[in-house]
Amino acid sequence: MNFEDLKKFFFRKPKNALEGSEDAAPADKPAKEAAIPEKLVEKCEKCGQIILSDELRDNFGICPKCGHYKKIDARARIALCAEQFAELFSEVEGGNPLDFPGYDEKLAALREKTGEKDGVVCGTAVIGGVRCALFSMDYRFQMGSMGHAVGEKIAQTFEYAAANRLPVVGFILSGGARMQEGIISLMQMAKTSAAVAKHSEAGLLYIAVLTDPTTGGVSASFAFEADIIIAEQGALVGFAGPRVIEQTIRQKLPAGFQRAEFLQQKGFVDRIVGRREMPALLASLLQLHSNAGEGEAETFAPASASSAPAAAQTAAPAAKDAPSAAPASENAPAAQTGAASENGGKEVTA
Amino acid sequence: MNAYDIVRASREKGRPTAQKYIDEMVEGFIELHGDRRFADDAAIIGGIGRMGGRPVTVIGIEKGADTKSKVARNFGCAHPEGYRKAVRLMQQAEKFHRPVLCLVDTSGAYCGIGAEERGQSEAIATAIFDMIRLKTPALTLIIGEGGSGGALGLSAADEVWITETSTYSVISPEGCASILWKDATKVARAAECLKMTAPDLIRLGAVERVIPEQGFSPDFYAGLKAQIVSFFEEKSRIPAADLVEARYARFRKF
Repeated sequence: MNFEDLKKFFFRKPKNALEGSEDAAPADKPAKEAAIPEKLVEKCEKCGQIILSDELRDNFGICPKCGHYKKIDARARIALCAEQFAELFSEVEGGNPLDFPGYDEKLAALREKTGEKDGVVCGTAVIGGVRCALFSMDYRFQMGSMGHAVGEKIAQTFEYAAANRLPVVGFILSGGARMQEGIISLMQMAKTSAAVAKHSEAGLLYIAVLTDPTTGGVSASFAFEADIIIAEQGALVGFAGPRVIEQTIRQKLPAGFQRAEFLQQKGFVDRIVGRREMPALLASLLQLHSNAGEGEAETFAPASASSAPAAAQTAAPAAKDAPSAAPASENAPAAQTGAASENGGKEVTA
Repeated sequence: MNAYDIVRASREKGRPTAQKYIDEMVEGFIELHGDRRFADDAAIIGGIGRMGGRPVTVIGIEKGADTKSKVARNFGCAHPEGYRKAVRLMQQAEKFHRPVLCLVDTSGAYCGIGAEERGQSEAIATAIFDMIRLKTPALTLIIGEGGSGGALGLSAADEVWITETSTYSVISPEGCASILWKDATKVARAAECLKMTAPDLIRLGAVERVIPEQGFSPDFYAGLKAQIVSFFEEKSRIPAADLVEARYARFRKF
């Protein structure tokens, strides 16, 4: 670990009090533990305690000391919620459509650092015994900003789900559009919306899970076009980031502004859920819709009453038609010491 | 003119706003107010009139012409109510088989407490979602600034046209320069890099036609109107399902 990394590691600080963890510890405390090897331990953004990285990863990124939710990457999120997962569209990657200066290098560095081609992982999954299509956005890739690759993979996921009569579960995390792709990134909002609309018109279910943060062009497109919108507790969700709003209105925003709880109170999310409770809720919702899209119902005769619980019980071992599972431990490096919040709101835009 | 000259021209004082286009091109315009939910957003004008004798719905983001009207119009920065009014009027147009003309001129949707409380994201998302499936012809004309999601909310159309000194971008060059280079003096460079002017937008496929401005003379409005009338004429002959499919393909290509 060089000095710059150490500085980032210990001196991370949210640009705005409302942007980082809701009540983040003061970040200007001097770091005493300067020689800790990377990835063995890390410091909780909220309580400042040092936690074993393995322990944090096994705990789905939830701080065992204070319960704070650290951001988890796309594959860790999938491992947390899905019994089985098979990746699709992994060949899709973006370029530099505007020849934006420095963007090629930036993309190359992000690919190198994350091992991902871009900021979203898509595929088919089994949750609660129900087969679905799924996409999961990655904070490590420019805070999940949406350029061509992200928009394309998400659109393909909805098209695949429509063609295969599958519900879609989307784990959303994004600061917004990817500025370096200019108008092409803006067009992703329309492209993804069109694909969501097509899937919806086929009578199929789409559940959006809004995680911290969901703002900008992503929140103003597919994040808010779902049948059911769930927010992870404490997630920042909004159109403009708090910094931009404070600059616009020249006043401080109230505590809790744009947090999931605020959104629910204002009527914009269906439910707030804790990270550990997420898999069970998704399973129940998917099971309740397991006959969705099976054509126009001519009567309201209830579906076989026993089918949902049965599906739940046989969840993990069932679903032979779903492709191979991705082992959680190998594919889920939840405990990255990278800059979780330092990219928050940067280089992304509504 | 370089990109930044065009950015400045697109914001210039005295440049015709949506109301002027409506006055010049729409016969017997009747404004219709309100989103039926919360309020009437003066940043967006909507209503019905005729173009070349054909009934049309026109929705325009209005910046205001003088100081008083600029304040009343919130400088063309719409709240969620504005987008909800637009969706309401588009669905009304669909019901009565009228084409929809959207006039876009905004630095962006408003960023403020009320806008967030009333779901700016949801309002724009819904506007895109509903407009892209609209079963009636829709054309968007960018007449000044086409600022980010606030512009896109009225731009999920069959075609998007732009007047020659207008812009269409995911972010303002000021925003880009300050975020990327932490340097507000690099605005001109950001304007170039963002490829936000008409020739680049044509090349990237984000707009279909560039309308020469001819000093905004009476000929400009007459010529533009003739183009819009013939566009609606042509699109009105296409079955709704094909129209929606073509719109899907238009955005799918990006």
